[in-house]
Amino acid sequence: MASPLLSRVSISNATAGNTISFSSSVSNGLLWRRSIAFPDKSRRKVSTVQAKIREIFMPALSSTMTEGKIVSWIKSEGDVLSKGESVVVVESDKADMDVETFYDGILAAIVVGDGEVAPVGAPIGLLAETEEEIAEAKAKASKSGSSAPPPPPAPAAASASPAAPAVAPPKSAASAPVPDGPKKIVATPFAKKLAKQHKVDIGSVVGTGPFGRITPADVEAAAGISPSKSTGVNVVSPVAAAPAPVAAAAPKAAASPAPPPIPGSTVVPFTTMQAAVSKNMVESLSVPTFRVGYPVLTDKLDALYEKVKPKGVTMTALLAKAAAMALAQHPVVNASCKDGKSFTYNSSINIAVAVAINGGLITPVLQDADKLDLYLLSQKWKELVEKARAKQLQPHEYNSGTFTLSNLGMFGVDRFDAILPPGQGAIMAVGASKPTVVTDKDGFFSVKSKMLVNVTADHRIIYGADLAAFLQTFAKIVENPESLTL
Amino acid sequence: MHSSLSLSFSSSTAIPRSGHSSELSCAAPPSPLNLRFCGLRREALGFSSPKRNDSCRVIVSSRGRSKKVSASVSDNGSAPKAFDYDLVIIGAGVGGHGAALHAVEKGLKTAIIEGDVVGGTCVNRGCVPSKALLAVSGRMRELQSEHHLKALGLQVSAAGYDRQGVADHANNLASKIRNNLTNSMKALGVDILTGVGTILGPQKVKYGKVGFSENVITAKNIIIATGSVPFVPKGIEVDGKTVITSDHALKLESVPDWIAIVGSGYIGLEFSDVYTALGSEVTFIEALDQLMPGFDPEIGKLAQRVLINPRKIDYHTGVFASKITPAKDGKPVRIELIDAKTKEPKDALEVDAALIATGRAPFTNGLGLENISVVTQRGFIPVDERMRVIDADGNLVPHLYCIGDANGKMMLAHAASAQGISVVEQVTGKDHVLNHLSIPAACFTHPEISMVGLTEPQAREKAEKEGFEVSVAKTSFKANTKALAENEGEGLAKLIYRPDNGEILGVHIFGLHAADLIHEASNAIALGTRIQDIKFAVHAHPTLSEVLDELFKSAKVHAHVPSPVGEPVTV
Repeated sequence: MASPLLSRVSISNATAGNTISFSSSVSNGLLWRRSIAFPDKSRRKVSTVQAKIREIFMPALSSTMTEGKIVSWIKSEGDVLSKGESVVVVESDKADMDVETFYDGILAAIVVGDGEVAPVGAPIGLLAETEEEIAEAKAKASKSGSSAPPPPPAPAAASASPAAPAVAPPKSAASAPVPDGPKKIVATPFAKKLAKQHKVDIGSVVGTGPFGRITPADVEAAAGISPSKSTGVNVVSPVAAAPAPVAAAAPKAAASPAPPPIPGSTVVPFTTMQAAVSKNMVESLSVPTFRVGYPVLTDKLDALYEKVKPKGVTMTALLAKAAAMALAQHPVVNASCKDGKSFTYNSSINIAVAVAINGGLITPVLQDADKLDLYLLSQKWKELVEKARAKQLQPHEYNSGTFTLSNLGMFGVDRFDAILPPGQGAIMAVGASKPTVVTDKDGFFSVKSKMLVNVTADHRIIYGADLAAFLQTFAKIVENPESLTL
Repeated sequence: MHSSLSLSFSSSTAIPRSGHSSELSCAAPPSPLNLRFCGLRREALGFSSPKRNDSCRVIVSSRGRSKKVSASVSDNGSAPKAFDYDLVIIGAGVGGHGAALHAVEKGLKTAIIEGDVVGGTCVNRGCVPSKALLAVSGRMRELQSEHHLKALGLQVSAAGYDRQGVADHANNLASKIRNNLTNSMKALGVDILTGVGTILGPQKVKYGKVGFSENVITAKNIIIATGSVPFVPKGIEVDGKTVITSDHALKLESVPDWIAIVGSGYIGLEFSDVYTALGSEVTFIEALDQLMPGFDPEIGKLAQRVLINPRKIDYHTGVFASKITPAKDGKPVRIELIDAKTKEPKDALEVDAALIATGRAPFTNGLGLENISVVTQRGFIPVDERMRVIDADGNLVPHLYCIGDANGKMMLAHAASAQGISVVEQVTGKDHVLNHLSIPAACFTHPEISMVGLTEPQAREKAEKEGFEVSVAKTSFKANTKALAENEGEGLAKLIYRPDNGEILGVHIFGLHAADLIHEASNAIALGTRIQDIKFAVHAHPTLSEVLDELFKSAKVHAHVPSPVGEPVTV
């Protein structure tokens, strides 16, 4: 699955971006409180202006900052904000800073939650002007799919509450000593935190803890997530001060619910990049995709490649250019579906190309590939690959793609199937070009180089005929490649 | 006596670390506060040459008492009287110990009276055992932080602990330090007298265990160093099992699933660190409107962000715990909360245990203060800036001093010790006034918090009164190489200073090893070193100390200020 799914996910630039300079200090000279002065130039703007719902962007707190981590939201959803108030604390590579709002309004939705990371300029929250707009903003937040945080089973409160009583044991006996007065909800501090985090209505959770209190496990059950491992296990004799048998330690430690690992196996946690890939892979499952394959003869392209190769032109640049030219004639294939209700036609054709790098996968983007000439494009590509290797790609250099190209031809793969990256309309999987016996329309046999391309597309906006027409155009360009050099 | 303290919150007067009253003109009354810091000085053994010299007694008494003491009894100018001791100290805590060691160094014949165990609160029920628990909690925290370990490339399977083992570690540490303390005094020739000390009259003390014969001794000078006990507000029933004070908590007889901590000062914070690391959930109950009221607001805000919000802790602020009933008959601990201002019932909590960390009350019972007509103020023994005890009429009581928690100036173990040394300096003929603003304080959470001098609001208030300018400089641990190597970049150091002359008014640190880092600043304040001088001092690279280096360097001191060293400074 060579699916470049890294677009729009901040990857481990943190490691490279964290310029550690001990000479730089955050002194009072630096503005301690920064504001969200962030004129958004990214494509996200397109969908913004319709209502008076404003996006709160991840600000650039330092010149080296490419992404920021939300330390904590000072305000919660529904809080009324006035201009200049601190809303969120953002951690940059240097310091934590309070971010203020520029406008009065209501914090309608938090798009990037506590502890999560967003690239500079990405929306992290939505500000509604009036209460009526909150619902709209919320809908918007939940739809802004690609960059949204992993929405853990958010609607769990609704769906899980009827189920919860079934899960909970009949607690009448256990909860006998409930004190007089109206029955109030007793939840432990961590249970309350979890409920807030997973948007579980604490009132709907049935407590199974001592004295009928709601424990973190109860909230997790209600939210439908697997219990987090308990921290700080007192291995020996939790409460009884009496000398406990040492043997007690063994069964407790062994009580692990996970399936038993095969002896000798090792567990290696994901790197940040791998985690991002994993996240995007799962996210891609929500998009209905289909695939269309097409054979393309490449003799002329190969001949052209031999000619321009000394000038530094790569096959990647040729294919990207060809795809971009075809996309220019079929804008729907360059479109994307962001909300399940509309087409978003992208103004520029940015070809993302999948690159495998040590232990990961990234998609540097050739921007405006249809407008740049082949030589500039090749030059640009060389720079991008260098940067990718050094982990110095800026967010806009790997998350601004509108169409993705993935090529496994050099490994002899004749055809394969790519997964559509979230936020894009289509991805092209290119196989190897191989000498093949073909017959022409007059019935003459000949041996030609043939390559199979296979495009995966979002069927909500791109239909079979669209893709077929696009592939036809693409094949025509590749088979008559003179236009590529123009 | 204790009930005269009616506040049920911790270290919560406007001036955080109480006192300072000698240096500041502010009239802040000494307030109880959670002390749990101690720097034991020289408890290490091996002082080989106790300079004990009886003849100096004569010298001392002939020179002594040149101070103006407006009391009825004075031997000023009279012939040397034979005293049993030059100095008797009542109370062998850290303050008494510090005074005793210094007295021996100065050649005084010294005795120390202890009614309980040597070491006092700090060593036996305070900072020492709590540091043992915090050492465990710090490691547990690291081992449980998968994210942190992963970032370092480490893999650790589930970390667990043995409660009894942890408790033993704390207990063993306390007895070890206690023995060190006892031995160091014995080795130097300090007489350790066992029993409750009572002042009979000027320069006369009796001591003895209950039921045994009492001994009366005379001393040229007497220091009261009887310390403090946990303060428990009215309405709270302490049973030692489910409703406990720090005395019980340090024994770690249980780790409750859910514990309420009343008071979010130093003691409360440190215990929240211990309990959450060991798996408990914590609810803070704080009488003031915000948590950690004693800290510099900015540091407090950051500390809350790191030490409270991400942990299994919630809190109720602006409420008193008006009634706490221990768990019994199958019912949990019940805590009734009332609004701190309106006193109206607000809420009730049911938890597994409650820790009362509302500060400490001075321990002066049975001291015989009435014999010398001294009246305590809110339990504290009134003293002047030289720790001389003041009687009911406002006159100084000759030859009687009070140091440490009992005088309430600054309820920190090392402050008591410093006060004791100051007193010994005075009685050996060298006038000495301790600068309380140079005494650092620390809270040993993970990461640690430390401070010296004024907070920013205090400094601004003082500046307004005295008409000078105040500037603030800050550095982040995120820019420090060593902190990043440890993957502990969370932290802030803050310097409050006068830009006109470079005087350091206060330094506050929150971050890795903050408690150890503060001393560069406290020493600078104690010695009067100015920023323009200290900024040229070199720090090893890469170390956490560079955080302070950065801090001093980022301060902007106006030029043309003549520096004591005479080195011209371009700024």
